[in-house]
Amino acid sequence: MKTLRDLCRDSRFSLGAVVVLILLLLALLSFFSPYDPIEWRVVQRDLPPSWKHLLGTDSKGQDVFWQMTFAVRNSLALAVFAAAISRVIAVVVGLLAGYSGGLIDRVLMFISDGFLVMPLFLIIVMLAMLVREHMNTVNLALLLGALGWAWDARLIRSQVLSLREREFTYTAILSGTPTRKLIFNEYSLFITPLVFTTLINNMAWVVGMEITLALIGLTNLNIPTLGAMLRWAVSYQAMLLGLWWWLLAPIGVSIALFVALYLVSLGTSEYLDPRARIQRVGAR
Amino acid sequence: MRFVRRYLIPRLIQYVLVTWLGITVVFIIPRLLPSDPIESMVATLQAQGTFRDPEAVRQMVDTLRDMYGLEKSLPEQYISFWKRLLSADFGPSYFSFPTPVIKLIGRSFPWTVGLLLTTTVLSWIIGNITGGLSGYFTGNRLLKIVDWIVMFLRPIPYYVLGLTLVILFAYLLPLFPFEGGYTIGAKIAFTWSFIKDVLRHAFLPALSLSLLGVAVNHQTMRLIIQGVKEEDYIRYAKIAAVKERAIFGRYAMKNAILPQITGLTLSLGQIFGGALITEIVFSYPGLGFLLYRAIVNSDYNLIMGITTISIIAITTLILLVDLLYPLFDPRIRFR
Repeated sequence: MKTLRDLCRDSRFSLGAVVVLILLLLALLSFFSPYDPIEWRVVQRDLPPSWKHLLGTDSKGQDVFWQMTFAVRNSLALAVFAAAISRVIAVVVGLLAGYSGGLIDRVLMFISDGFLVMPLFLIIVMLAMLVREHMNTVNLALLLGALGWAWDARLIRSQVLSLREREFTYTAILSGTPTRKLIFNEYSLFITPLVFTTLINNMAWVVGMEITLALIGLTNLNIPTLGAMLRWAVSYQAMLLGLWWWLLAPIGVSIALFVALYLVSLGTSEYLDPRARIQRVGAR
Repeated sequence: MRFVRRYLIPRLIQYVLVTWLGITVVFIIPRLLPSDPIESMVATLQAQGTFRDPEAVRQMVDTLRDMYGLEKSLPEQYISFWKRLLSADFGPSYFSFPTPVIKLIGRSFPWTVGLLLTTTVLSWIIGNITGGLSGYFTGNRLLKIVDWIVMFLRPIPYYVLGLTLVILFAYLLPLFPFEGGYTIGAKIAFTWSFIKDVLRHAFLPALSLSLLGVAVNHQTMRLIIQGVKEEDYIRYAKIAAVKERAIFGRYAMKNAILPQITGLTLSLGQIFGGALITEIVFSYPGLGFLLYRAIVNSDYNLIMGITTISIIAITTLILLVDLLYPLFDPRIRFR
């Protein structure tokens, strides 16, 4: 509780957190939607925003506002799922590389450096092309989860490397603590915050990648996500037809989501790194 | 000699290894599917329904069989894959049959390189200067505004920013053309009007790439210089009454720029991907747009070609930066 209060003192964090909460609320609203998100022609087409249709309707005959609630829900679910998968990989690789050192460390870091250096976007496109026919939220999450861990594994590794040199590690080892216990009881305390902040950053990356893949036509466009919504609006020439609300809604919401997630991660990581915190206080 | 042994040779080995790893990944990916990739690709092509030249289909299947060579054992497949690669033969493109893939790539490559190099260098320089200033002179109002703008720009993905710029400056305020690399039908020549046309078309894609590049460099540089500012040599310079501007330029920036050079090599792959995505948004005639057309037409030959060439281009660029690095860091030269 105290942590939360301290965090909220940072105006950036509280701004980000409020926006994330609003978006979560939007996602929850989708459960009360009067319309089926898959169904076309449920409302009159191309209506501008009004009280009846808060964000207007699109050329597919769907209500933009309710469509958006589903989009936010699906995009967030995808992001959490994919980011959770890559967190598991990042933690395992980071711990293993950092703790065991030597050859294992070198091989693992070579692989993750390879991932960092490669044009990941192209690799994702190649893989997505192969599973194009069977693309759905789960497959996309697996795909993005399997590829988005390299940088964070490095971060965790460097944290473990510094923990290994600390006094308490030697004490633990000398007093006969098993490695498993040392890692789960002691190191996890230091690593959890790191996992949390990288989780948020990775979620933003996943949402962005989903939008990109959807816009080049590599996801299943029948599932309403932020990317699918944008793709439909772009392919129906919403801008040329003057249906600005159809484009503005997904663009606005996704930008809000990215900025909010970023502010939250910035706030937490500065809170977790006291050095940065002192600098901020000093700068005020 | 020590320098060669300890810096140059490890770099070269790393270059070869990473390139090999990347190309091997390209080799492995199509083989991940449990079903025959060629069968499924042909099925995808047929499902598209458009009429294709049967000769094109046959040749495509032939190249695919040759490249994947699934009848042969895996090591044999791997060797024939490399043989083709080394002779820069990726087979014919499917959607503009029978043009070889390598020719299409050759046509698009200069556009991407031009856009990528200009924006990367520009945004690296600008971002480091603004970031350095704002990290060092923390009290400045103007720099604080820049900090806030950067904070809102940085997390936006390439595609979304590009799309927003298209809507703002091509549709709502029609200042710039919204697609292409030059006006269709314009004569390609080194005349002033053609160059002007090219620059006008390149402006929005370059702007969208530069904005994000500046934002990333600004933020990391700000953090680095805040750390440098606490170092003893800066404090000493202050006590010795060295002018603030001289401390900033001669001591703080010079030391803080080094990790940024390394950072550039690590993020080149990402920047490259971003450039491809931006090209797709603006239908800019580089590799990205070629990739988009390959995706739409399920041209797997072309996609493999683009990926392979990109991997080689990026690792080579990284090697170049790595080789230039000792020029900036005397510690490595005199080790």
